[in-house]
Amino acid sequence: MSTLTTEHVAVDLLGKRVLEDVSLTVRSGSWLTLVGPNGAGKTTLLRAITGAVDYGGQIELDGDPLRGLRERERARTVAVVPQMPVRPEGMTVQDYVLLGRTPYVPYFGVESAEDLAVTGELIGSLDLRGLEARPVTSLSGGEFQRAVLARALAQQAPVLLLDEPTSSLDLGHAQQVLELVDDLRRQRDLTVVAALHDLTTAAQYSDRLALLVAGEVVAEGTPADVLTEELVSRCYGASVRVVSDPDTGIVVMPVRSSIGSES
Amino acid sequence: MTASQRRWFVAALGLLTVTLLVGVTVGPAGLPWHAPVTDLLNRLPNVQIGDRLTEQQSAILWQLRMPRVVLGALVGGMLAVAGAGYQGVFRNPLADPYLLGVAAGAGLGATLAIVGGAGVAVLPVAAFAGGVAGVGATYALGRTAGGRGTHSMILAGVAVAAFLTAVQTYVQQQNTDVLRQVYGWILGRLLTAGWSEVLTVLPYVIAATAVIVMHRRLLDVLSVGSAEAGTLGVQVARVRLIVVLAATLGTAAVVSVSGLIGFVGIVVPHLVRMLAGTSYRVILAVSFLGGGAFLVVADMIARTIAAPAELPVGVITAFVGAPFFVLVLRRSRRAW
Repeated sequence: MSTLTTEHVAVDLLGKRVLEDVSLTVRSGSWLTLVGPNGAGKTTLLRAITGAVDYGGQIELDGDPLRGLRERERARTVAVVPQMPVRPEGMTVQDYVLLGRTPYVPYFGVESAEDLAVTGELIGSLDLRGLEARPVTSLSGGEFQRAVLARALAQQAPVLLLDEPTSSLDLGHAQQVLELVDDLRRQRDLTVVAALHDLTTAAQYSDRLALLVAGEVVAEGTPADVLTEELVSRCYGASVRVVSDPDTGIVVMPVRSSIGSES
Repeated sequence: MTASQRRWFVAALGLLTVTLLVGVTVGPAGLPWHAPVTDLLNRLPNVQIGDRLTEQQSAILWQLRMPRVVLGALVGGMLAVAGAGYQGVFRNPLADPYLLGVAAGAGLGATLAIVGGAGVAVLPVAAFAGGVAGVGATYALGRTAGGRGTHSMILAGVAVAAFLTAVQTYVQQQNTDVLRQVYGWILGRLLTAGWSEVLTVLPYVIAATAVIVMHRRLLDVLSVGSAEAGTLGVQVARVRLIVVLAATLGTAAVVSVSGLIGFVGIVVPHLVRMLAGTSYRVILAVSFLGGGAFLVVADMIARTIAAPAELPVGVITAFVGAPFFVLVLRRSRRAW
């Protein structure tokens, strides 16, 4: 079991409140996506969960506070797929995935046979076989994103955070990566918290959505609860049409207001 | 280490061994290249290989040349490892062991010692104290100015170095009679009185190199940046502090006896990166060996090219190192 809860989480950055009273529950093995306009605080909330920023309130996993965990313990509990992962010059895919074992390698030590076994299995299951000796700088966007996922999964953490994991990918590769995350979530019973811009994608993959605006949770619930035309239009200052179809699920379409008024 | 990394390690070890052997035998009193090995073997009972060295030759070999090349290897190795360590923690290709004010501090310390008429024994102590004080000032200034970031630390180093260099230049201009002596020290030299300098710096070099090498895996993790390294469970600030501290102490110790030998800390780690790969598992060990070999060769040139006069070795490291470095840089397509 690994249910993640945030209780009254508040974050101040440079004297400005960027998150206010965020209380959310992500059940074990479920997928919550944070949506909201730019600057709503999605990434900040993810950073609070990883302990990278100080916060008020409480963040807990199965009732145990994450605050106060040492860096290594935290990295074994929460793994992150960053928005713009750095591609270290000259590092091979094998060594890159092995970075995920850092919280298990002793301070002055090197990787054990078990670390190699864990990463070897992930390289296989994420379809990176044959690329192990390639430098990460030579990979395509889709290949590199799979390597980043493999590195995060090598941490064997029950909680997986994804910060705009598809922002640098085309439609096909974005779909592949999200399908992969969803499969892995089911196989490994991962608790997933993602920040996504694309609302249609968010609706398709998430069990629940939390809509953040200016640091506060404006709506939280199933995609159908949150993605209403009225709410999306108001919070994003956008003109949208929300279509719900049994075959495609919820689709959020931007609409040019001039075209909308003609029809 | 992978098989290829091991090959580079063995190659660097071989290179250092050869340069050490050649280094002790090059000079006005010609000695055969195998002299150190055969002289050692000839000391064993019932062994006689070739002609025995005369007492004078033996003294030149073991009391003059050997401490000098060993010191060269230690200084070059330490500067190269410290440079690699700085480049790793700051993720900055221009970082060198003198980045945080150690050179300016040591320069001021040495100048004050020379101006004050202090003996040869005091000069290294003054340079060491100056170097450590310079880095201490940088650290204090960087902490108050910008918190945890590395940029504030590097900028504080620039400010401290400029300030200390200004003071040093002023003191030097007020005492023009020692100008030549101060200048000679600043350009770096490996003149030694014997084994005492080697024994002075040895513990620092061993301790500092060991600490930096033990962080080789964490330096690799830092190559994804401090934010990502943090999510992977690395205490970035602590690793940075320990590596910088070790690199600084080691650098301060070696420059206290050798003066400010430039370029080794930048050129050697970059050459190793281009040739042997970007993992610190190979960079640190091979840089130590390669840096040692580089300085021994540079010193060999410094004491033979204008014999019987001797050029400052720092002139050679830059004069030979810079064009060579540019050549390799042009041939290598790998960006930093």
